[in-house]
Amino acid sequence: MGLSFPLNNINLKNEKLIMRILVCISQVPDTSTKIVLKNNNTSVSSDGVTWVINPYDEWYALIRAIELKESGIATDVHLVTVGKADVEPVIRKALALGGDEAIRIDADSNDPYEIAHYIAEYAAGAGYDLILCGKESIDYNNGTTGAMLAELLDIDYIGFATGIQVEADTAVVTREIEGGEETDACNLPLVISCQKGVAEARIPNMRGIMAARTRPLKVITPSTITAVTEMLSYELPPAKTGIKLVSPDNLDELVELLHTEAKVI
Amino acid sequence: MSVIVLVEHTGGIIKKQSFEAVQYAAQIAKKMGTTVTALALGSVAATEMEGLGQYGAQKVLHVADSRLNDLHSGAYAGALIAAAQKEDSKVIVTLHDIKGRAVAPRVAVKLKAGLVAGALSYPDTEKGFVIKKAVFSGKAFAYVNILSEVKVIMLMPNTFPVEKLEGKAVVEQLEVSFSEKNFSVKIKSVNKVTGEVPLADAELVVSGGRGLKGPENWGILEDLAKELGAATACSRPVADSHWRPHHEHVGQTGGTIRPNLYIAVGISGAIQHLAGVNGSKTIVVINKDPEAPFFKAANYGVVGDALEILPRLTAAVKKFKEHHQ
Ligand SMILES: Cc1cc2nc3c(=O)[nH]c(=O)nc-3n(C[C@H](O)[C@H](O)[C@H](O)COP(=O)(O)OP(=O)(O)OC[C@H]3O[C@@H](n4cnc5c(N)ncnc54)[C@H](O)[C@@H]3O)c2cc1C
Ligand SMILES: Nc1ncnc2c1ncn2[C@@H]1O[C@H](COP(=O)(O)O)[C@@H](O)[C@H]1O
Repeated sequence: MGLSFPLNNINLKNEKLIMRILVCISQVPDTSTKIVLKNNNTSVSSDGVTWVINPYDEWYALIRAIELKESGIATDVHLVTVGKADVEPVIRKALALGGDEAIRIDADSNDPYEIAHYIAEYAAGAGYDLILCGKESIDYNNGTTGAMLAELLDIDYIGFATGIQVEADTAVVTREIEGGEETDACNLPLVISCQKGVAEARIPNMRGIMAARTRPLKVITPSTITAVTEMLSYELPPAKTGIKLVSPDNLDELVELLHTEAKVI
Repeated sequence: MSVIVLVEHTGGIIKKQSFEAVQYAAQIAKKMGTTVTALALGSVAATEMEGLGQYGAQKVLHVADSRLNDLHSGAYAGALIAAAQKEDSKVIVTLHDIKGRAVAPRVAVKLKAGLVAGALSYPDTEKGFVIKKAVFSGKAFAYVNILSEVKVIMLMPNTFPVEKLEGKAVVEQLEVSFSEKNFSVKIKSVNKVTGEVPLADAELVVSGGRGLKGPENWGILEDLAKELGAATACSRPVADSHWRPHHEHVGQTGGTIRPNLYIAVGISGAIQHLAGVNGSKTIVVINKDPEAPFFKAANYGVVGDALEILPRLTAAVKKFKEHHQ
């Protein structure tokens, strides 16, 4: 925690602890967006796209951070996004849900390493105890930013969290493991990627929307780094070629088709 | 110069998906004129590791430290980097699953290596090192070129069929020194869903939606799943209404699965649901509404009442199995 004096001599109940949370927010096309390619399939058209906060960032990471602040555990909740000025409406929407200030790192990138590098560069000196991000962004579906941040900041990482509690300088996190769930304890600072279970969704109220207007949105320019990947082109999946309908009275035929044609059973 | 691949195990038994990753790495190695070295962490039997030879691994590096039986992302990454450096590897392969996603990104940033998460193809080395992956939750694919000298590939499980050949890998112990800090995550309790096929690994999945009307009707869906040896899944409203446990929820906000067969029963096929299942190889839709959007994404469809169809389908599967014993 952001404490510079020995913990053993103080009464934790009376001392005001400092606990700062950074929430990583990414802007993505709304889930119902129809993907249209342009420029000879080298880019995705943004015509008519409704931009939203990545659902995992909004519903789980951000809401849990706000809950931790409301329950008096966290003192500051900051939001960070890597993007150009056109992402500001979405980060304002995130501020309307809660959070004390937002930081926009002025860069346009879809290279996971570059994005993580920019966030880590900002966060390195800023003294956050907890960094929350979403399990994955629904545009590029990487799910890699959280672990990258942990490595760049040389701190621990818990992925696929389904629940987060914070007690003094320890986070108690339930997370998905193969075929079940596990509960871990880890000292702060820590990076956690969040998914369903971490918080219950809520909608911004009018007061939040008004308050968000006055909350600071800082813009910072990152140092430049070279991307290590590039998206060369895109492709749309082939349309399913005709469905085979089977009569409900002839399910033996369905089973036969699954065996001989689809070869899945 | 060998290609290095991280293999995963459950209680010492190597995961089937890791065979696929080893075979994938072997194909890449062959193209590059080199060999494959697998890395196994924690307590694994020698015979299990030697068996990786059947999927193309010449050698297995084994870090026997029992603390590695549980996922500690920093330690795993440290071991993978140590192995890659020992072998002078330029290509590192993991699975795109829970462990892979905690480890590969750490390795990539440490080595300043470009990474492709969820690879669906072999690298195309004609115009660089280009790999296909799904984007926009399966609504499109992207071709990503890795520009750095070292490349990290996270293979999407269940992408390539696995072929078992002859061969025996040589097992070599690898010493890696970890710092205490690598183990700062302390496991307090583990709650495994026992007796069922884990959904993420399942090759066959039977999934139910609101069309099943209520939790009391899930028995007939489970009967079909049992007959097929399939895992069960559900749509979001079903989990939200607590008809089924949350870990069964698939879709945009739930799990993403890519089984060989996905049978959707009484699910309308909303885009957010499809996002979690559209990588399935074969989709069967059972719905009483012939206009249900799911039929557009399906290979096979049955129009009718699920409550009548499910028991009949179970009986048909049973009959089929009896004939094919
Ligand atoms: C941002 C966002 C994220 C979302 N994420 C997810 C997600 O991750 N996963 C998800 O599943 N949903 C998700 N949803 C919800 C999604 O949009 C749909 O509302 C949901 O998938 C519908 O579930 P359903 O098909 O079970 O129910 P319904 O839409 O109610 O459909 C029930 C279907 O059953 C059929 N039916 C009814 N009776 C019978 C019968 N007797 N026999 C056979 N068929 C019958 C009906 O014809 C209908 O097609 C999300 C929504 C949003 C906005
Ligand atoms: N451009 C971005 N700016 C801020 N946070 C991001 C950005 N991209 C991804 N993230 C965070 O990283 C998480 C995982 O994203 P990804 O690794 O891209 O799938 C997201 O849920 C966000 O919390």
